Amino acid sequence: MQDMTPYDAASRDLTLEKVQIRLHDACLIDLSLTIRAGEIVTVMGPSGSGKSSLLAFVGGFLAPGFAATGRVLLGGQEVTGLPAEQRHIGILFQDPLLFPHLSVGGNLAFGLSRRIKGRAERARRVAEALESINLGGYEARDPETLSGGQKARVALARVLLSEPCALLLDEPFSKLDADLKAQMRQHVFDRARSKGLPTLLVTHDEEDATAAAGPIIRLAQRGGQG
Amino acid sequence: MRLRPLHLVPMLAGMVMVGPVIAGLTGALLPAFGWLPVLGGEQVSLAPIRALLDTPGLGRSVLLSLASGLVTTLLALLMVIGLLAGWSGTRLFRWMERLISPLLSIPHAAAALGLAFLFAPSGWLVRMVSPQLTGWSRPPDWLFPHDPYGLAMIAGLTIKEIPFLLLVSLAALPQINPRTMTEVARSLGYGPVMGWLHAVWPRLYRQIRLPVFAVIAYASSAVDVALILGPTNPPPLAVQLTRWMSDPDLAMRFLASAGAILQLVVTLAALALWWGGERLAGWLTGCLVLSGVRFQRDDWLRRLAALLNMVVVAVMLWGLAGLVLWSFAGLWRFPEALPSALSLKIWQMQGGMLIEPLRNAVLIGGLATAIGLVLTLSVLEAEIRLGERAGRWSQLLVYLPLIVPQVAFLFGLQLIILSSGGAYSLWAMVLGHLVFVLPYVFLSLGDQWRALDPRYARMAASLGHSAWTTFWCLRLPLLTRPILTAAAVGFAVSIGQYLPTLLIGGGRWETITTEAVALSAGGNRRLIGIYALMQMLLPFCAFLIAMGLPALLFRNRRGMAPTTTR
Repeated sequence: MQDMTPYDAASRDLTLEKVQIRLHDACLIDLSLTIRAGEIVTVMGPSGSGKSSLLAFVGGFLAPGFAATGRVLLGGQEVTGLPAEQRHIGILFQDPLLFPHLSVGGNLAFGLSRRIKGRAERARRVAEALESINLGGYEARDPETLSGGQKARVALARVLLSEPCALLLDEPFSKLDADLKAQMRQHVFDRARSKGLPTLLVTHDEEDATAAAGPIIRLAQRGGQG
Repeated sequence: MRLRPLHLVPMLAGMVMVGPVIAGLTGALLPAFGWLPVLGGEQVSLAPIRALLDTPGLGRSVLLSLASGLVTTLLALLMVIGLLAGWSGTRLFRWMERLISPLLSIPHAAAALGLAFLFAPSGWLVRMVSPQLTGWSRPPDWLFPHDPYGLAMIAGLTIKEIPFLLLVSLAALPQINPRTMTEVARSLGYGPVMGWLHAVWPRLYRQIRLPVFAVIAYASSAVDVALILGPTNPPPLAVQLTRWMSDPDLAMRFLASAGAILQLVVTLAALALWWGGERLAGWLTGCLVLSGVRFQRDDWLRRLAALLNMVVVAVMLWGLAGLVLWSFAGLWRFPEALPSALSLKIWQMQGGMLIEPLRNAVLIGGLATAIGLVLTLSVLEAEIRLGERAGRWSQLLVYLPLIVPQVAFLFGLQLIILSSGGAYSLWAMVLGHLVFVLPYVFLSLGDQWRALDPRYARMAASLGHSAWTTFWCLRLPLLTRPILTAAAVGFAVSIGQYLPTLLIGGGRWETITTEAVALSAGGNRRLIGIYALMQMLLPFCAFLIAMGLPALLFRNRRGMAPTTTR
C-alpha cells in the first residue's frame, strides 16, 4: 500500500507517507496510507489516541504543541507545506458549525468555490445545492432555526460547494439522534463516493466503520490526551 | 511566514503601553535630582528632594495617600467577597451583575460629585429628613466632603472600585468551577460563606491579583476624586503634586518631579504593605483550615453583605439622580426635600458652553478608542496566527500603565512632550489617553476573542478562504458584540480621564471631565449638575450603541443573541 509510484496512483488519491505525530515525546500516530478516489478509510481509536490530531495534520491546522513529520499527497501533489486554505481538503466536524451571522444561503455562498463567477450563476449554484438536500428556497433562513438534521445537511452541502479534492470527517454523526444518524451517514457516504472523493473518517462508533465499508485502521490507547 | 507586519504589532502595542510609562518616569526622575537643562537645571543636586521634604504637612499627605490606597481596596474587596460568597446564583446577584456595566461606565468624577451632592451638609439626604427628623432649618456644621481624615474620599473611591473588582472576579470565576467546589465544602459541614472562602477564594484571588494591585495604585494616587471629596489642607500627595505641576512658577517643576518620584514610592509602599497583608492572611487562613471551624451560622453575615452592597448601589444611583435633579432645579431652599420648581434655565444659559468640551471629549475619546481597538484586534489576530498565547509577562505589560500611578509618569511625559515641541497637540492628547484606553480595551476583548470556537476558522480554511477573509468575514462579525463593548469601555475610560487631559493638554484642551472637576471647587450645584450629567451621558450613549447595534444588525439571527455565559 505504501509503495506507490506517482504514475500508477490515480490522479485523485489521498496519500499519507510515513506520517508521525508526536506530543511531548509521546508518539501518537505513525502510519502510511493511501485512500483511493471514492474510498472511505476509517480510523478508529479511543479518545486520546491521536485520531483528531491526524485529521488536523492532514487538514493543515495542527496545533503548535505537536511535532509532525511525513508527507501528505493529494493526487500526487504534495500539500504538506501548504496552508489549510490552499489544500482543497474539506472537513466536517461533530457540530455543523454554520456561521450564525450569515443566512443559510450566505453560508453556502461562503463555501462556494471562487471558480464560479457571476452573481446570478453563484446564486443558481446555491439554490441548486439547497434543492439537492431538500431545502429548496431556504436561502434567507436563519441557520439557528433549522433542525439538527437540516443543519448537518447544510454543512455537508457547504463543504461540497467548495469543490474539495478530499474529505475529512471528524466524528460528524456522533451528535445526531440514532435514526437521523443512519440517514445522514448514508447521505454523506453516497455523496463522497459519487463525487469520487478520497475520504478519511475518524470515529469511535463501530457502526460508522461498518457503513463506510472500507479499510479500517485501529489506533491503540496511548495514555496521552488528544 | 507571510504577514510580516502583523508580527510587529504586539511589539508596537507593548511600546504604546510601556514606552510612555518608562519615558515619563525617567522624565520625572532627572528633574527630581535637579537636572532639567531647559529650565536651567544643569547639575545634579539633592535640592529638589530637600525642598520636597521641607514641605509642611507632607507626612500627612503621604499617610492619606497610603491609607486611601489600602483601605479603599480592602473595603471594596470585602464587599465583593461578601456578594460572591453569600449570593452567587441568586436573584440579587443577577440583578447586581446587570448593574455592573452601567456603574462601571460612570466616570469617577461624576460618581464623586453625586456622592458629594448627597451627603453634603446641605445635600439631598439632609434635605429629605429635615426639618422633620433632625429639626435643622440650616445646614448642619459638618465637614463633608473634604473631611480631614479622607473618609469621604475613601467612600467615593470604594463605591467606584466595587463594580470593577466584581467584573474581573466574574471573568475569572468560570475557570474555577465555584459552585461544585463550594458544594463539596458545604457537604463537609462548612457554612456557605466559609465554604466559599476556603474552596474558591484563594484561587480566585490568584487570578485577580493584578487588578487588585491596579486598584491599590489608583486609590493611592487618584486626583479627580481626591479633588472633589478629599481633604484640602493638607491634601493627599497626588493633589499636592498636581498643584505644583500646574504652578505658573516654572521652578516648581523641580519640586513636582521630586514629588512624582515620592508618589511612585508611596504607591510601591502601599503595594508592599498589601503584599505583607497577603502573607498574614495566608497564614491565618492556614490556621483556620487546621482548626476546622465550620462557621455554620453565617446567615447574618450574608444579610450584612447584601445590605451593604445594596446600600452602595442605592447611594450611587441616588447621587446620580441628585445630579440630574440639581441641573433642572429652579429655586430649591434648604430644608425642602425637592426643588419648588423645575426649570431649563441653566441648560439654556450654559448649553452653548458645553459644546466645546463635549466636542473635545468625543474627538479625543473617539480617536484613542479607534486606535486602541485597531491595535488590540491586530495583537489578538497575530496571537492566533502565530499560535502564541499571551503569557504572564504580556499580562503584566498590560497592567503596567494601570499599576504605575498616573500622576508619577504623566508629569515626566508632559516635560518630554514639551521639550520635543509637540506640546498641546491633538495627537499628544490622543496618545496620552491611549496609554490608558488600550489596556482596558485589551482586557475587555481578550477573553471573548480567545473563547471563539477555533473550529470556525478551520472550517473557513478548509473551504478555501484565507486568514484575512476569516478575519473580516468571520471573526469580526461573530464578535461584533464584544468588540463594540470593548470600544465602549475604551471610550468611557477616555471620557473619565482627568489628569492626562489636564497635564498633557496644558489646560488648552477642555473636556467635559476637566470642566466638571474644575467646577467642583465652586459651589454652583446646578452648573456642576449639568457637566456631571453630560459626563455620564457620553459613556452611556457608547454602551447603548454597543448593545443596540448588534441587536439591530443581527435581529434575524438567533445564534447571535447575547448568551448568558455565567
